[in-house]
Amino acid sequence: MAASVFAPWTDPDQKPLIEFRNVTKRFGDFTAINDLSLKIYEREFFALLGPSGCGKTTMMRMLAGFETPTQGNILLGGQVIDDVPPNKRAVNMMFQSYALFPHLSIWDNIAFGLKRESRDKASIEARVEEMLRLTRLTKFALRKPHQISGGQRQRVALARSLAKAPKLLLLDEPLGALDKKLREETQFELMDIQEKTGTTFVIVTHDQEEAMTVASRVAVMDEGRLVQVSTPDVIYEAPNSVYVAGFIGDVNLIKGTASARTTATVEEPEAPTQPAENTPSAAQQERTPRPNSYGEWLHDTLLSPILGKRVEAPKPKQLPAPTPEETATAKAAEAPDIPEGGLSLKWADGEPDLIAVNGDPALDGKEVTLALRPEKFSISKTKPTGVANAVKGKVIDIGYLGNISTYHVELPGGLMVKSQVTNTRRIARRDITWEDTVWLSFTATAGVVLPE
Amino acid sequence: MRRFSWFNATSLTLGFAFLYLPMIILVIYSFNESRLVTVWAGFSTKWYGELIQNEEFLGAAWVTAKVAFFSSCLATVLGTMAAYVIVRAGRFKGRTLFSGMIYAPLVMPEVITGLSLLLLFIGIGLDRGILTVVLAHTTFAMCYVSVVVSSRLVSFDRSLEEAALDLGCSPFEAFRLVTLPIIAPAVISGWLLAFTLSLDDLVIASFTTGPGATTLPIKVFSAVRLGVSPEINALSTLMIAIVTVGVITASLVSKRAAVQQARDERAAERAE
Ligand SMILES: Nc1ncnc2c1ncn2[C@@H]1O[C@H](COP(=O)(O)OP(=O)(O)O)[C@@H](O)[C@H]1O
Ligand SMILES: [Mg+2]
Repeated sequence: MAASVFAPWTDPDQKPLIEFRNVTKRFGDFTAINDLSLKIYEREFFALLGPSGCGKTTMMRMLAGFETPTQGNILLGGQVIDDVPPNKRAVNMMFQSYALFPHLSIWDNIAFGLKRESRDKASIEARVEEMLRLTRLTKFALRKPHQISGGQRQRVALARSLAKAPKLLLLDEPLGALDKKLREETQFELMDIQEKTGTTFVIVTHDQEEAMTVASRVAVMDEGRLVQVSTPDVIYEAPNSVYVAGFIGDVNLIKGTASARTTATVEEPEAPTQPAENTPSAAQQERTPRPNSYGEWLHDTLLSPILGKRVEAPKPKQLPAPTPEETATAKAAEAPDIPEGGLSLKWADGEPDLIAVNGDPALDGKEVTLALRPEKFSISKTKPTGVANAVKGKVIDIGYLGNISTYHVELPGGLMVKSQVTNTRRIARRDITWEDTVWLSFTATAGVVLPE
Repeated sequence: MRRFSWFNATSLTLGFAFLYLPMIILVIYSFNESRLVTVWAGFSTKWYGELIQNEEFLGAAWVTAKVAFFSSCLATVLGTMAAYVIVRAGRFKGRTLFSGMIYAPLVMPEVITGLSLLLLFIGIGLDRGILTVVLAHTTFAMCYVSVVVSSRLVSFDRSLEEAALDLGCSPFEAFRLVTLPIIAPAVISGWLLAFTLSLDDLVIASFTTGPGATTLPIKVFSAVRLGVSPEINALSTLMIAIVTVGVITASLVSKRAAVQQARDERAAERAE
């Protein structure tokens, strides 16, 4: 399986389809793209993600040939294309506004690019019909663009830009004008078409969910620079900066001072309570199924003739008091299995340090931020044992979203964090409510330590 | 709705009376039986019949038509090109000066335009005739065309042209296949405007005309100096009719496209 995963960017022998080599683009004094280098490979679905004005459209326009880099070069298939005009590039663009020709029918819009090539009439017709079928527009072929709906117009724009079978298709916020439901449908349609045609897609979006859904790789941009270029899961799970973490999805940011961990610092903050000798531990009592008093009465009065005499549940076996060695092993077993290394994070006075074994020890002594996705928290009313990190907090707010619930929890020091729980049972976690004191716990690898 | 006050009603009536009463009187008297302009002697179309037989008037009408046609075509081409450059070229050195100069003839007194053109034609030794009138009319009509066309181009979505380039058009093909068909209504109404302007121009034409190139307005003007005849009333009525038809067509051409488009769009939204 691993060998067949599509990941040409990991292979140093792969030739990129597109290469930005130290490209800078200035408009007067304003630097829209700043010394940017990037490789995009054949058959990729590459997403450019970033806030408005960060230079996404400018990058697309440079690829299409409407702008030329102020410095640096752009290569397509190994050739520098800076001086190639847009009409001579094997690149097509689907415009943000669709830019359908209002005076031409849908059919003629799609045929427009084909007619510019020296093709015979029959092959143009065949290709247009094929595109109409691919985008499910056959019925509307003879209509004008203003006689069809927004979603259909978007598909016409896609069909028109795909008709010439470009090496590279640029999509500038293609779904921006569609409502949420139509947008999601169209995203899957786009992925499907991309797979069928084998075209390389570069898509611009400011919708992070869209980028995560469709793309093989995502580039997160900020002010004309690439902040991180990686697969969606890496971007989500291992963002390389607070900016990326904050841009993609919900995130909790806990600031603190890092210190490199040595094995000695692995220490349970509180000694586990010794189990009382004669009574089963609270946990054990909870786990053993046993009838309640009503059940016992029911059995004794009604069911004993049929089922026979009730058998008393066996008393938990009383073990001899543990030897000191046994206590030590038990303690070790109960203590979380935390690998060595990484960082511990001092984040609030009087609170145990947080452990992140994936933190870079080189950050020792620095101010850092621990980024934690809301779903990485477990929430409980009692203090969990056997976890690397547990912090106490107070529930301030609960957001019920149907499939998930979000708890807004105030930690000591006033930091607000979000914890997300999937509602698998119908009445999820009814026991936790406003103003409750809860414990949030997470593993030593759940978060990402980011330098300031 | 706002109340229709007496003041509004009065000023509206007065304004329109001021504008149209003279023309209405002229039209009415063109159907007068009597040769005397000020005496009504019953309805008749005989002056129209006489007009058709008047060789001089017919010749002048033919000259005027030719001048109007050629000058409006030339003005449309040049005016559209000028508008395109002003709107599209972005910022270049002297852009404000250039666009200001395009519009200057709009406010220039016609006498000055006419006189300077006359001096130019004499200077370069061009014999005055139909050609010089056509050139003169082109010069001032193209300003109007470029105003009309550039107001359309300002709202034209540039990405349409870029899409055409992207799909393999050369810049000229993009203009011919995409821009021009879309701005066609503005270009057509610019042409109609240029045509009517040329049709009724007297001042510039009289400066630049020569033997054998007497336009209708010049003919009428010189005929009137010998006294107003009902024939001229009939001729003027015809000219009013032609100009009216031209202006109404021009506004309909641009309006109908917009209305049709709005209707189709509403239909498309409903179908969604
Ligand atoms: N032709 C231009 N002239 C001047 N500034 C421009 C031009 N095109 C883009 N910019 C500027 O470059 C920046 C990036 O623009 P753009 O690439 O459109 O951003 P995005 O698509 O990411 O929202 C913006 O601040 C914009 O104002
Ligand atoms: Mg943009």
